[in-house]
Amino acid sequence: MPYDFDQIVERIDQQKLWTFPGGVHPDGRKHLSNQTAIDTLPLPEQLLIPLKQHIGTAGSCLVTTGDSVLKGQVLTSSPNPFAVPVHAPTSGKVSAIEERTTAHPSGLAELCIVIEPDGNDTWAELAPIENYQQQDKAVLLAAICEAGIAGMGGAGFPTHIKSTARKPVEFLIINGIECEPYITADDRLMREYGWQIRQGIDILMHLIGPKVVVVAIEDNKPEAFKAMQKVCEDCAAIRVVQIPTKYPAGGEKQLIQVITGREVPRQGLPADVGVMMFNVGTCYAIADAILYGKPLIQRVVTITGEAVLKPQNVWALIGTPVQTLLNKAQYQIKKQKVPTVIMGGPMMGFTLPSVNVPVVKITNCLLVPAKKELNLNQRELACIRCSACADACPVSLLPQQMYWHSKAGELDKAQEYNLFDCIECGACAYVCPSEIPLVHYYRKAKSQIRIQRDEKEKAEKSRQRFEARKARLEKEQQEREAKHKQAAAARKQATQNTASAAGDAAKDKVAAALARAKAKKASQAEATVAPAAEAPVPENDNKAKVAAAIARAKAKKAQQEAASEAAETAESTSSPADAESERKAKVAAAVARAKAKKAAAVQPAESPATNASPSDHAPAEASSEMSAEEQRKAKIAAAVARAKAKKQATETTATPAQPADDEAQTATEDDSPEAQRKAKIAAAVARAKAKKQAAESAAPAEQTDSEAEQADDKTVASNTQEDDSPEAQRKAKIAAAVARAKAKKAQREAQQNSAEDNE
Amino acid sequence: MLISSLIALGLLALLFGLALGYAAIRFKVESDPLVDQVDALLPQTQCGQCGYPGCRPYAEAIANGDDINKCPPGGESTIKDLAELMGVEAKPLDAAHGEDAAPKVAYIREDECIGCTKCIQACPVDAIVGAAKQMHTVITDACTGCDLCVEPCPVDCIDMVTINPTTASWQWDFNQTPVGDIPVKVVS
Repeated sequence: MPYDFDQIVERIDQQKLWTFPGGVHPDGRKHLSNQTAIDTLPLPEQLLIPLKQHIGTAGSCLVTTGDSVLKGQVLTSSPNPFAVPVHAPTSGKVSAIEERTTAHPSGLAELCIVIEPDGNDTWAELAPIENYQQQDKAVLLAAICEAGIAGMGGAGFPTHIKSTARKPVEFLIINGIECEPYITADDRLMREYGWQIRQGIDILMHLIGPKVVVVAIEDNKPEAFKAMQKVCEDCAAIRVVQIPTKYPAGGEKQLIQVITGREVPRQGLPADVGVMMFNVGTCYAIADAILYGKPLIQRVVTITGEAVLKPQNVWALIGTPVQTLLNKAQYQIKKQKVPTVIMGGPMMGFTLPSVNVPVVKITNCLLVPAKKELNLNQRELACIRCSACADACPVSLLPQQMYWHSKAGELDKAQEYNLFDCIECGACAYVCPSEIPLVHYYRKAKSQIRIQRDEKEKAEKSRQRFEARKARLEKEQQEREAKHKQAAAARKQATQNTASAAGDAAKDKVAAALARAKAKKASQAEATVAPAAEAPVPENDNKAKVAAAIARAKAKKAQQEAASEAAETAESTSSPADAESERKAKVAAAVARAKAKKAAAVQPAESPATNASPSDHAPAEASSEMSAEEQRKAKIAAAVARAKAKKQATETTATPAQPADDEAQTATEDDSPEAQRKAKIAAAVARAKAKKQAAESAAPAEQTDSEAEQADDKTVASNTQEDDSPEAQRKAKIAAAVARAKAKKAQREAQQNSAEDNE
Repeated sequence: MLISSLIALGLLALLFGLALGYAAIRFKVESDPLVDQVDALLPQTQCGQCGYPGCRPYAEAIANGDDINKCPPGGESTIKDLAELMGVEAKPLDAAHGEDAAPKVAYIREDECIGCTKCIQACPVDAIVGAAKQMHTVITDACTGCDLCVEPCPVDCIDMVTINPTTASWQWDFNQTPVGDIPVKVVS
């Protein structure tokens, strides 16, 4: 820092200030509007409150259409620290929340809350902070934020963010410069409300704790200077200084340079050089918020220019349409060639798209120039490289070079000439003898660069997403392949197992069962035969004995094999991939069991029949066997039926893509709810198909769309008539979707056909 | 004399060959930097209108000598940048690949969505969320407006919506808008 604090204070006391390079001296024209006191406006019929009136993000709307609101009631909220709320400027009813043209050079619509005043102007309950000196700074900052205060000098930066001091602040500068021609809002405010500005300064001093406060006022406002000197004379820490009039001395960085001789670095903030700056209007609003609890719902607006009869300053509620202000000042539309209202000053303002746009927090002036007052729509001539613009530039840029590159679209070269350091003050355009609207080119180039930057960011994000997706798909593909390989290996093993193991198991079990059955029969036969054995042994007995022996042997063998087999199957079931084969084995086993039982039933039945021994209990046994046999047969039939049902069930669940008819059939056979649901869906699809066909045949191909929609409605209607359950509705939806899809297909085909026909 | 000079030259050739061969391995460049540069210039919509499956494949094709005027989303500015990078003449956009249209985003009419996940599979930047038989929706911020999800939708419930300019994205253009023409001069 070239100068230390004491030196600077000394120079300020001696009124020896610094200056900034360049600058211009346009005609002030302040006398037009600074002669009368700040007036009030009648309540307009409608107030339009844009949700976003500051730099940062907009909050979300807290009210809905039809709500009654009170004056000062908060309308938006946001968890984002960069958002400040907006408030109802008067009591009334929210008549709409919609997009309206707002005060922006583009004339684009932004979301606004439309309030119709009820005329009562009833305040909501206010919460002023008493003894703010004893309060925590965070409480005060929160109160400032909740009051919706954003810098009222023009940029609209949220005040609570700005006043959160992160670095020690030596100079707190209160900006009462108002360097643009015509504007007198701050001038009148300082003259009439100096005491409240002083209160705001005191609050800021408490919040920020600067070593010294400098109230800076241009020397073309002697009344304001005197007023501020009067209200600040009791405080030694406050110095009121007059600044030589030069445009744009009111710019933040320029004013810091004038008062302290320090330059704010390129990307830096004033706090980097120990300075913080607030507009006098902001000080007034802070005092309102802390001492009275009133949010920022009105501001002073200058209405000036030679096309109004009574140029003046007014207290305008935020959201008041510009038309209301113009009526107040008696706008003479005849005095203008083209109706033109400029919001802001003649150097940095912009022409309004319509007079229905609302006053917002940063609106300080409405300029209505008469025919020959301003040089609007200049004829742009070629640049003659006179470099007058470079001499006028307050930030020492080379405007002619930036113009050259901006016009040619060489944005990177324009940036090399520090385009983004341009404060768009318009001094260069003011001095340009060729009347080139230089700032236009800079603004355009800046917005293009910003958009390109955003696009680049988005492209980068998209590229990352695309690559992430590609990587994911590749990974999935690999996983799938690995899974397929594993599954194939498992299948191979399983087929081997089922061929050898499961097949054997089934056979062995059958054999075992047969053997068991035979053994039983044999023992029975033996029992029956035993008494007859004493008698001459018939051939049958021999046969029976042989059979029994064979059966026993087989049974033994089968038992052994079954034991070893059981071990094997246990092994195979341990691997999860063999679940399929296990299931098969189970099915096979069940079948085998059934067969075995049948066999067992048949053989005993046969043996007594073949047995020629006329023993007493043979018929009795036979009869008992017969009844047992019937029972068994019934059981077998049941088991077979069960097995078949199971098999079918597994098949149907395994192959859901089977034709609907088959499904319906299986479903009718099977009474499970799953099958029923399927049947219903199938029925719905069939219905939709039928209807669609009917619709198609009834209508020409061009109308398929509407027909499909009708069909949709019909299906929905009929389905809901049939059944009102959500299930049915869902089905109806599915049917409708299917119908739509078919309609789409049909349409496409029709288009193709027509295209072919045309060819 | 002749032989010794031949031997000397042969040895030198061998030496340089070895040095170059070593350098080629030692200082190997992993991927073609030109492809990366071209890829950085492309708009990354991954729309495939150029005929390649994504922006990077097209970047590779350009690096291998394909035409630079096949990218409709990039428009004239991308062609200009590519021409500058590749050192070739800038050409007008090849109309066979589509026209430079206003930026769009996909929008799913959610009550008509049947949850078929077909659009999710089609989206090159994973900008559609949803699950089978659940309603899907588009993450507007991530959508590149590539159009690829529209065709697979069986019930035609995806619209491409033009992005309206907001006050944040609006560009100063005093040729088209008579409003906002500043600054004005004070006649003194």
